[in-house]
Amino acid sequence: MSTLVQRFKAQAEIVTRDLRHRRLIQTALGNYEIQRDKRKAAFIDWQSARQLAAETKWDALNHLDAHLEQFVRRLEARGTKVHWASTGEQACEIILGLAREKKARSIIKSKSMTSEEIHLNDALEHAGFEVVESDLGEYIVQLRKEPPYHIVFPAMHLTRDEISDLFTRELGSAPTSNPEELTMIARRALRQKYLTADIGITGANFAIAETGMISITENEGNARLTAALPKVVISLLGIEKVLPRLADLALFLPMLAVSGTGQPLTCYNSFYGGPRQPGESDGPEEYHVILLDNHRTRLLADGEQRDALHCIRCGACLNVCPIYRNVGGHTYAATYSGPIGSVITPHLRGLQDWKHLSQSSSLCGACTETCPVKIDLHHHLLQNRRNAARQKPGFLEQTGFRAFAFVMNHPALFRAVAVVGRWLQPLHALVKGGRLDPLRPWTKTREAPVLAPQSFREYWRSRP
Amino acid sequence: MSERDQILARVREALRAPAPFPGHHASDGHAPAAANSVHPPRGGARQWLPQVGPSFDEQIELFAANALELKAEFLLLDSPAELAPRLTRLREAHGWKRVASHDGPLTDLAVTALGLPTLLTDRPYDVNELERCDVGITECDALVAQTGSVLVTNRSAGGRALSVLPPHHVVLAKRDQLLPDLPGAFELLQTRYAAAYPSFISLITGPSRTGDIERILVLGAHGPKKLTILCL
Repeated sequence: MSTLVQRFKAQAEIVTRDLRHRRLIQTALGNYEIQRDKRKAAFIDWQSARQLAAETKWDALNHLDAHLEQFVRRLEARGTKVHWASTGEQACEIILGLAREKKARSIIKSKSMTSEEIHLNDALEHAGFEVVESDLGEYIVQLRKEPPYHIVFPAMHLTRDEISDLFTRELGSAPTSNPEELTMIARRALRQKYLTADIGITGANFAIAETGMISITENEGNARLTAALPKVVISLLGIEKVLPRLADLALFLPMLAVSGTGQPLTCYNSFYGGPRQPGESDGPEEYHVILLDNHRTRLLADGEQRDALHCIRCGACLNVCPIYRNVGGHTYAATYSGPIGSVITPHLRGLQDWKHLSQSSSLCGACTETCPVKIDLHHHLLQNRRNAARQKPGFLEQTGFRAFAFVMNHPALFRAVAVVGRWLQPLHALVKGGRLDPLRPWTKTREAPVLAPQSFREYWRSRP
Repeated sequence: MSERDQILARVREALRAPAPFPGHHASDGHAPAAANSVHPPRGGARQWLPQVGPSFDEQIELFAANALELKAEFLLLDSPAELAPRLTRLREAHGWKRVASHDGPLTDLAVTALGLPTLLTDRPYDVNELERCDVGITECDALVAQTGSVLVTNRSAGGRALSVLPPHHVVLAKRDQLLPDLPGAFELLQTRYAAAYPSFISLITGPSRTGDIERILVLGAHGPKKLTILCL
């Protein structure tokens, strides 16, 4: 068993028993569900809106080359410098190169899961640059030196008291259990950073091909400040973020907000098309956009699972997932957690190393049902399992299923096994779940149903 | 081959495999064309988004209700003459000492009415000075009834920072700037700017907020704690 699997299992066991964690997550997500359902109900027809969103993304992805070319042409026409990166290392190198060229001392960042994916902060800090996360949740987890717990709510696993202790320790602020005061401590700490930062780095929620714009969705205003004040602004995004038309946002912005946080629309939805233009009074002198592949084309090549690239990173599938809610975001140890993470991580980082994520699912389908762009998530988990087994069949599994198929194809043998099974089951109870049990991994936490004293065949033959 | 060409080549190679249309599985044996969609045919988003009444009164009422829920302050003025007294009352209530604004027919009226030291952001300015202002007063491109949003661009609202850096954002709008819904807002952008889009456009929906601490709502995370919309 690989260390990743062992780590996952060990961590899952700890977190599922943690009652404090359970309370925190249940309360937070309980409120989210109420708000989300209310906002969905306000739509004339949410299901039709989902279908339209899915069709729009299908169009975007299945003509990705043309959309990307148009997107870049439009951006460049307004003086934006566009960079292409096949790998995360290349993207980091481009940003490091810019930071060195501009002799940057401090860098301010707004929330970007893509930057987490390529470990940009590590690369920048390693090279001696100060980099500060400006989204409150991201700032908190950055101070704790841990990755975000959730793709939309990075600090959902922390109580206000833990955050107060953290601020007291790291920022020297007075302890308080008032969320508003805590937010103001962070606001004051970050204000100066915006004003003095040499470079701002943002992510992107959508890339509009028609007009060559980047759309950023947020609530705090930190992304707006990050893209307004520094002299150089860099936006990092995956190539799959494309939407064909500007008007598509009329659908995607509210759907992202409803699914992501249960709001009708988030506070700021901003579209950036370039650096400061002639006649404009502020904004960056230079605007750089980095388009990242990092194995997205590998997922694109899988027609069956291509729709996983529809993802708008709303986090709705995490919020409804019984596994995510029990094992928690950090247990996945992947940048993208929850159902969508379990689907795409094997494509981005290797099927054999990450196939266990596709196993850790009850296949209840809640993720597929909630996904605003209709990604067939739970079927993709099954497909990952199938692909992993095809690529590298497990000996026990293969032998077991071969034996099962053999028995099922030979009626006499099937009858014999049924009888023997009935005798053996009481004996199995003696070792069940223990070290001597050959079925231990399965029976340790599960109860097998008792075999009926009479099989259906026996009953049929003996009926009066 | 450049990185760009390599990535585009990989994209084209990948797209040779067909993908099932939304609502179908790959195991259905084929990738149905768009025409085979069992769901509603393609059309605008308007037909599925939350409903908005057709009349001005319904729309302004919806905007006011949304603003209330968003904890934004919305004031519908009976006449343009009301602007000056309203603003001076706000000045006294919030203790404004320094104002930031931009050139415009409505903002000019406001700046004159307030009679406070004013920073104009139409031309390059010192951002530290803007940070010290108590309020940013801007015009806008439109108000959106469906969501209670204010549509701004750096051309209509004095740049990128004026509407987000000061702790209070005051928007001056006219009644005929009210739009019913989000698709309407994007239609407006297209007709107004398609020839040359501004480098910054934003839909502002309520004052800045966060829920990052135990999912409890706090206003004024990094942007304005207060948003006041005055509609003439």
